[in-house]
Amino acid sequence: MATHNLIQTVTVGAGGAASVEFTSIPQTYTDLLVLYSLRGSQAQVYTQATLTFNASSTGYYWKMLQGTGTSIGNQAVTNGSSIGGFNGTGSSATANTFGNLRLYIPNYASSQFKSCSINDVLETNASTTYMALVAAVWNNTNAITTITITGANNWVQHSSASLYGIKNT
Amino acid sequence: MPTKLTINCTTGERAEVEMTAEEVAQQEADASAFAEEEAARQAQEAAAADARASARAKLKALGLTDAEIAALSG
Repeated sequence: MATHNLIQTVTVGAGGAASVEFTSIPQTYTDLLVLYSLRGSQAQVYTQATLTFNASSTGYYWKMLQGTGTSIGNQAVTNGSSIGGFNGTGSSATANTFGNLRLYIPNYASSQFKSCSINDVLETNASTTYMALVAAVWNNTNAITTITITGANNWVQHSSASLYGIKNT
Repeated sequence: MPTKLTINCTTGERAEVEMTAEEVAQQEADASAFAEEEAARQAQEAAAADARASARAKLKALGLTDAEIAALSG
């Protein structure tokens, strides 16, 4: 039976932070799961987010499907500098609400290219908000030791991230 | 300079450090690219809404009822 082991959890403090980064990730699990609760200071319903592994800025391929409540959209990027297409809640959203994001990375310690999936649902009391699915691959054979999520603006206080390691025990 | 919150998963050590100039440049480039993409998406959405409204008005001018117009688009 697969077990989820909490490796680390972190909450952004009063000053905010543009980026949240897990480093020196143990290589003792099969998969990784990161659960984010994010609100940024971008003056929109959303705050654009990007994801990188091992501080690398090359080799990311991703496809996004998005719904806003009033429309649908999609985006594809080849050989990009990061994985994008997903968001945290922005400062125009209902006060004190945070977006839910889930990042899943299977076989993160393997010597093959690294695939991952992201889904996000933003919170706000309005007709237009955002939810997205992102499928991505990082064309790199190195094991993932660092995961960085960066906002277009600061992630505000009380935003949080929890990293879980998954293995069959 | 924007800051980065880092958590060492082996030691548990946490630190708040300034982002490097390269990291800030990347952040700004990503934000700019996203803004362009989002503006294009919103323009496309607005154009589609305008086209729908125009088509409905023309159908109504031909004498179709709201129910008949809705049936056509269903």
